[in-house]
Amino acid sequence: MGKSYGLHSMSPGESAVIEHLGSSGALRRRLLDMGLVEGTRVECLGVSPGGDPKAFLIRGAVLALRDIDCREITIKKIG
Amino acid sequence: MGLTVKSTGRSLSREQMHIQRPRPEDRIIALAGNPNVGKSTIFNSLTGMKQHTGNWPGKTVSNARGYCRSGRRGYVLVDVPGTYSLMADSPEEELARDFICFGGADAVLVVCDATCLERNMNLLLQTLETGRPVLLCVNLMDEAKSRGIHIDLDLLEERLGIPVVGTVARDRRSREKLLSALDWLTDHPPRGEPPVPEYPEALERAVEALLPLAGELEGLCPRFICLGLLLGTAGLEERLGPQLLLAAAEQREELEKAGMDRDTIQSAVVTALVKKGEELCAGALDKRDEGRSDRDKTIDRIVTSRLLGYPLMIVLLALVFYLTIKGANYPSQWLSTGLFYIYDRLMELSAGLGAPAWLTGIVVEGAYKTLAWVVSVMLPPMAIFFPLFTLMEDSGYLPRIAYNLDRPFCRCSSCGRQALTMAMGFGCNAAGVVGCRIINSPRERLLAIITNNLVPCNGRFPTLIALISMFLIGSGNALSSALVLTGFIILSVLLTFMSTKVLSMTLLKGESSSFVLELPPYRRPELGKVIVRSVMDRTLFVLGRAAAVAAPAGAILWLLANLSIGGESLLALLSGIVEPLGRFLGMDGAILLAFILGFPANEIVLPIAVMIYSMGGSLAEIGELTALRPLLAANGWTALTAVCVMLFSLCHWPCSTTLLTIKKETGSWKWTLVSALMPTALGIMLCAGVAALGRLAGLL
Repeated sequence: MGKSYGLHSMSPGESAVIEHLGSSGALRRRLLDMGLVEGTRVECLGVSPGGDPKAFLIRGAVLALRDIDCREITIKKIG
Repeated sequence: MGLTVKSTGRSLSREQMHIQRPRPEDRIIALAGNPNVGKSTIFNSLTGMKQHTGNWPGKTVSNARGYCRSGRRGYVLVDVPGTYSLMADSPEEELARDFICFGGADAVLVVCDATCLERNMNLLLQTLETGRPVLLCVNLMDEAKSRGIHIDLDLLEERLGIPVVGTVARDRRSREKLLSALDWLTDHPPRGEPPVPEYPEALERAVEALLPLAGELEGLCPRFICLGLLLGTAGLEERLGPQLLLAAAEQREELEKAGMDRDTIQSAVVTALVKKGEELCAGALDKRDEGRSDRDKTIDRIVTSRLLGYPLMIVLLALVFYLTIKGANYPSQWLSTGLFYIYDRLMELSAGLGAPAWLTGIVVEGAYKTLAWVVSVMLPPMAIFFPLFTLMEDSGYLPRIAYNLDRPFCRCSSCGRQALTMAMGFGCNAAGVVGCRIINSPRERLLAIITNNLVPCNGRFPTLIALISMFLIGSGNALSSALVLTGFIILSVLLTFMSTKVLSMTLLKGESSSFVLELPPYRRPELGKVIVRSVMDRTLFVLGRAAAVAAPAGAILWLLANLSIGGESLLALLSGIVEPLGRFLGMDGAILLAFILGFPANEIVLPIAVMIYSMGGSLAEIGELTALRPLLAANGWTALTAVCVMLFSLCHWPCSTTLLTIKKETGSWKWTLVSALMPTALGIMLCAGVAALGRLAGLL
């Protein structure tokens, strides 16, 4: 297991495991509902043409998340 | 672009949640599931209805109701908006939760996506907790199979203790399987204990403490009620007695003292649900490939690439317009020739019958002629545009547009979901406004609602196309026409950005909220179904609505043209009144009057203008579309007039249906008024500006 980063620091092709979900309020609830609990594997698939948001593969589904919302989610990179 | 009977009427609102059973032995079944798992397709196959479907999350934003019969009994099916959980709080997800919890359903049919079953377990487990009988339908089995995912349905059935049916969305046998499973479920009580997620001990203790006080409520099991109170599930408290509420407040305080605030409880609960879901799927789910197919990854790399993402959107838009213009040209001419042939025969007939002139005038010259114009100008472009748009919708490209446009919308303090509602607006602004329910933040929702009318709906496209081919480009050149039209659409999108930005700096101040959007896998649309569905459901429905307005409007127009005060017809008087304003805006009185009289439906604006001119006596008979240009030119139209009319068509008040929808969705006359004034003011500024420039350049 490597160092902790924010989810926003991932580049396309990288994989990681969710370490801590620091988001709050409605966003937190939504991310939890999507299955983004601690220990979940994520893979960054791509970046939108504007540079933000990024697309992540989470539990078989692809979610687009903005940088600013990803900052509160810490991860450990793998692979 | 959910433009069907449903999006403009026959849907359920919050107030009419309680469903009537046609027969006492009928059962009410709620159809629940995550967004975009094919719920509406299942609903359609069960009920034989034509609920709008599409490959993007959030296209069902209100409950729809249908009826089906098995051999044994009848079922009232209620298709609720997709939701990830019963704890969610966006408007359309609240609707789903309220119906599942308090709608009086006898059972819930939970539809899951076989390609990401684990995540779907969250909603299933929560629904099981409500205590209602549940039937699990694992949909998209074919898609899962082709991605190398195998699901052991028998094992799942055993573990869950409820009937589990695997389905392929568009398959007849799936329907039979579902119906017999529903029969079984409603005849038999659940077989075993449902799986219980392991919540933190402190939470379980709090539930234990509350249980003796809680009874059953509207079929919800007491444990669910207690859990819901501790989690703060909305809609529960107002239905419960003070004793239980007080106790729940005490327990929440206790939990907080123990370091468990609502956020902690929530994530503990969801984590437990996710763990339970994983446990249930372990061994039952064999997946070789969890990610996206290589095909999807490649498509996504191209359509969302930094270099090609935006240009491709424009190219696709232009292509759709090109096909629409190219394809609509001939049918339009055939239609108008045919309809005006009938017009001539009708005139002869009424002359032969000796009908009074006023009757012939109102019915044939007024109502029929306007109707004929509306049908021949509007029907062909719509019949081509709608299927093309539906293809894009079904393929899964729409969410990519939202993904690509999130950044620019974020700059305007809004979010990419507004791109989805904007796209729906191309079909019908009223449907676009209803679609704004997919936006969670109330401020961003209002922004999307108010600006929706800036993109031209299907009722305005044919006007734009006709004017472009008459005045800007020769009618033979479909490609240049499509490019010019694309330019106008890009302008309307830029105006949307601009007014969103201005609104969020003035009336709707605030920062952009968070954004989470699911990008579904691409699906190959079924060509035949797309065509049938979009022509039958959308085109004919929209045309019918326009025709219903066009005929009476034509009759009234004829009266206005033929009733006179002091030797001048009312129509001439009215257009004389608005003439100065029309001139100021680079148009004239007649076309401005047509915009005003076209308030009930944008489709009839150009036909009304034509009627006004032809009644003015410039041309007695117009047989076909190509004759429009000389008629308009004879009334002083130039290319500049056409540009001003097109700009005003983009930016003016929404039609009456859209305005009523805005009132219904916002619940406020103030925002309805803003939605009418904002685009109108913009249109006046643009047209006056262009007209002034034109005058300077000596073009007007």
